[in-house]
Amino acid sequence: MSINDIQDEIIEEFSLFDDWMGKYEYLIDLGKNLPLIDERYKDEEHLIKGCQSLVWLHAEVKDGIVAFTADSDAIITKGIIALLIRVLSHQSPEAIANTDLYFIGRIGLKEHLSPTRSNGLLSMVKQMKLYGLALQAK
Amino acid sequence: MEVSTKIERISAADVARIRQDFPLLAQKMNGKPIVFLDSAASSQKPNKVIDAVSDYYRKLHANVHRGVYQLSQDATAAFEVGREKARAFINAASSSEVIFVRGATEGINLVASSFGRKFLRQGDEVVVTAMEHHSNIVPWQLICEEKGAFLRVAPINDAGELIMSEFEKLLNDKTRIVAATYVSNALGTVNPVAEIVALAHARGIPVLVDGAQAAPHMKMDVQQLDIDFLAFSGHKMFGPTGIGVLYGKEKWLNAMPPYHGGGEMIKSVTFEKTTYAELPHKFEAGTPDISGVIGLAAAIDYIQEIGQDAIAQYENELLAYATSRLKEVEGIRFIGTARYKASVVSFIVEGTHPYDVGAILDKLGIAVRTGHHCTQPLMDRFGIPGTVRASLAFYNTHDDIDRLVEGVKKAVSMLR
Repeated sequence: MSINDIQDEIIEEFSLFDDWMGKYEYLIDLGKNLPLIDERYKDEEHLIKGCQSLVWLHAEVKDGIVAFTADSDAIITKGIIALLIRVLSHQSPEAIANTDLYFIGRIGLKEHLSPTRSNGLLSMVKQMKLYGLALQAK
Repeated sequence: MEVSTKIERISAADVARIRQDFPLLAQKMNGKPIVFLDSAASSQKPNKVIDAVSDYYRKLHANVHRGVYQLSQDATAAFEVGREKARAFINAASSSEVIFVRGATEGINLVASSFGRKFLRQGDEVVVTAMEHHSNIVPWQLICEEKGAFLRVAPINDAGELIMSEFEKLLNDKTRIVAATYVSNALGTVNPVAEIVALAHARGIPVLVDGAQAAPHMKMDVQQLDIDFLAFSGHKMFGPTGIGVLYGKEKWLNAMPPYHGGGEMIKSVTFEKTTYAELPHKFEAGTPDISGVIGLAAAIDYIQEIGQDAIAQYENELLAYATSRLKEVEGIRFIGTARYKASVVSFIVEGTHPYDVGAILDKLGIAVRTGHHCTQPLMDRFGIPGTVRASLAFYNTHDDIDRLVEGVKKAVSMLR
């Protein structure tokens, strides 16, 4: 599936929730259920430090496809990470570098990606795109 | 709120009237009436302050200390009335000891830089406490690094109280200054300032007090406490952002070199030699924040109309109520359980992250602060990433606390 197909799919899923509480409960479930990163990558090298929460990000490339794994100490942050990974992982470096992440605004979670939240998510997205750019250049 | 005599005790009816003075408190956040519990970060503003600033720009604005014309002299007079009110607010001996700065942070930077440049030598020591805000750590680190001096940190106990015996042990003949907060922004601990000053002065060491969190909640008497430097911010005490006060004893301020150079702070300038103006102008380079001073003066008036004793008493009762009601939350751990506290309740709930709790409270219309509160060393001391912090002002009600408690319970049930 292309990045935009996945984004549209998530937008579709979130349209089922009629208030914030449903969305948050879904994110919390995502955050609780998914093992997102190998414990050995939860180190200083993979850490993106936000003021509010911590995020760890690891990237692996196989056959020109990038696989991301990530984690956070905060569960809502982790739920959003699960969505970001669903969208950006297992894609080509080019697609990752050039993507426009419109789904996050459309599902009403834009505030979690604002610089003032300082939860590490915005830096994580930047880092993911940087990986895409760097690998594309190779 | 216009009252002819000071209130002895703030009643629920008084708070309802007080709330009418704060237009922002009538707003909604995420569709719900706002519960504002982040006054320790910045308080809301009463109409009296908003009107004073706006009236100044409409009717009185001209640069101060410059013009011979009437308008400039009127603006200067209003500005200097502000200085006099700030002097009286902290009971300084002279208004020349009251320097207007952008806030407590700038005040501390001024002292660290200027006092440090003059008095710190290689191998000297600066003593701070483990509960300081970054703004009372980093300026000292900068000057210590420059001078080859060392920062010494007085430890706290598990309740978040300064361990006085350990503090005393750190004072020696290399200690040049002690910098300590009056009230901890993250824990609410009220430090024994008089005792800190007495121990330091017994060894001839001056003391800087960070009064940012104390100013809105209690009387600070620099003469009674014998404080050498006191810094506080207008925006935490119902005044405008961008204005604050640095108090310094005249003997220190006279001995210190200027911090910033520019207009207003000079006596005469030639390319060979510049001589500096008298206090307080020596430390006020450039056009000051005139509207900020006028807004701050209005905030001081407002606080004094309600009465600082009544404010402290009301807030202490509200804090006790908040603490006792939050105990209903299963798995709650209070961070900061000092015997003497002011207006801050900081906590974490087992099995939840502060960010998640804060994000859910936001959706419920409740404004709290989450994170490390610019006190990373303090969070490390307690071995936690941060806390949820509710901070109170006299415009908060029991109803605000009830909604907080319900909100936290809701967040916990969603997160666990």
